[in-house]
Amino acid sequence: MRITCPICGARDRREFYYQGAAVALDRPLPEAGAQAWDDYLHNRDNPAGPTRELWQHEAGCGAWLVVARDTATHEMLGAELAMTAREGA
Amino acid sequence: MRFSGLRVLKEGLTGNKGWQPHWRDPEPKPAYDMVIIGGGGHGLATAYYLAREHGLTNVAVLEKGYLGGGNVGRNTTIVRGNYFLPGNSEFYSHSLKLWEGLEQELNYNVMHSQRGLINLFHSDGQRDAFARRGNAMINQGDDAELLDRDGVRAFLPYLDFDNARFPVYGGLYHPRGGTARHDAVAWGYARGADARGVDLIQNCEVTGIDIDGGRVTGVQTSRGAIGAKKVGVVVAGRSSQVAAMAGLRLPIESHILQAFVTEGLKPCIDHVVSFGMGHFYISQSDKGGLVFGGDLDFHASYAQRGNMPMMEHVMEAGMTLMPMIGKARVLRSWGGIMDMTPDGSPVIDRAPVEGLYLNCGWCYGGFKAVPGSGHCFAHLMATDRPHEAAARFRLDRFRTGHGLMDEEGTGSQHNLH
Repeated sequence: MRITCPICGARDRREFYYQGAAVALDRPLPEAGAQAWDDYLHNRDNPAGPTRELWQHEAGCGAWLVVARDTATHEMLGAELAMTAREGA
Repeated sequence: MRFSGLRVLKEGLTGNKGWQPHWRDPEPKPAYDMVIIGGGGHGLATAYYLAREHGLTNVAVLEKGYLGGGNVGRNTTIVRGNYFLPGNSEFYSHSLKLWEGLEQELNYNVMHSQRGLINLFHSDGQRDAFARRGNAMINQGDDAELLDRDGVRAFLPYLDFDNARFPVYGGLYHPRGGTARHDAVAWGYARGADARGVDLIQNCEVTGIDIDGGRVTGVQTSRGAIGAKKVGVVVAGRSSQVAAMAGLRLPIESHILQAFVTEGLKPCIDHVVSFGMGHFYISQSDKGGLVFGGDLDFHASYAQRGNMPMMEHVMEAGMTLMPMIGKARVLRSWGGIMDMTPDGSPVIDRAPVEGLYLNCGWCYGGFKAVPGSGHCFAHLMATDRPHEAAARFRLDRFRTGHGLMDEEGTGSQHNLH
């Protein structure tokens, strides 16, 4: 697998650290309650198909990315800076 | 039809014309007392123990493909009871004891071979950790023996003991560990369940779970609606999709785990061996192939095939530990879909829907758990009380933080196991 970092271009998967579902972009407020925090930390949609994930270009520019990917085929559907994705959200 | 040596002899002399199918191929009935979704090892074992232990035979197992076509046919066949933490320790001990009586009980040759398992260590710190694990195993009533370097050499003379980077310091020996023929385990349970009246329905994909007033009433399938008072979801690898039919989101992320097999060789690896300084473990199948695997690819996947980085890591680790295997040619590799939970331990529990039960989250360790999982899940479904050996496999442990079983000690987070 290769991920196209918006800053560095297409790079080998080995340069990236996998964080998981992009749910991490929507951190609940501290007082949001146990259910919201359980959903944030543990419960996942876990789709078999297109998904959005957080990866970090650890051995490259260090940027956090939101990567769109198909879990059933390993096809890469795009990547954007997490910073931009967050502002757009 | 009972299997015996005499029977094999008689059939051999009469043209093998007397063998019969091991199970029926029934049409689904309109309703059952219980429906098990998933005809893999765990689902078939559950059905078997529902019939055998609890006398419940108005039961159907619904399988979208063919029996045993999922992870029970895609693993590296290792059977062991060497867990450390309370919760896992008693469960895998229970499961190993069931393994030891399985062939006689099922009258089926599952080729269970207790050839011994050796976890190698390569530093003083790792030795201490394995000594502690061995003590936990002994306290659980199981067997463990700490081997020094010479002790390991007596068993595994082919290792690179003086590897400059990772010299072998010793190993934790688990004599009752070993392997089994994975497909035969599924087939043996299927035959046993079928013989007791359970309907095993293949090519029957569940497409919906019917819930009325917070209570399960049945399932929708590709072969029509089937009513059920209780429904067990035993579909590791696809748990999130099936649970979503009941409106649930599970603490599971699906990952890919790869395995590899070489051409058939004469016997050379007599045990199950794991490397302590890289992800690599190996055994030799009865057919002669070296069967080995490593760690997850570490990204969510349903592709049932892996990527090059982990393949390369596994090969490198194998060459580091036992350079002789460089002469063997790899025949094929494959991947299985693992239900990964945040703490790396499974769930056997009631779902927050009346009449719905969950058996999921087996991470990369489901095969050895098949008998214990089926036995404990049948107990839960039949009595609505958890079996004592699986009482800690609770779904709510992530929400409450109480009773997490993080065997690797890396933290209870999805991307760390």
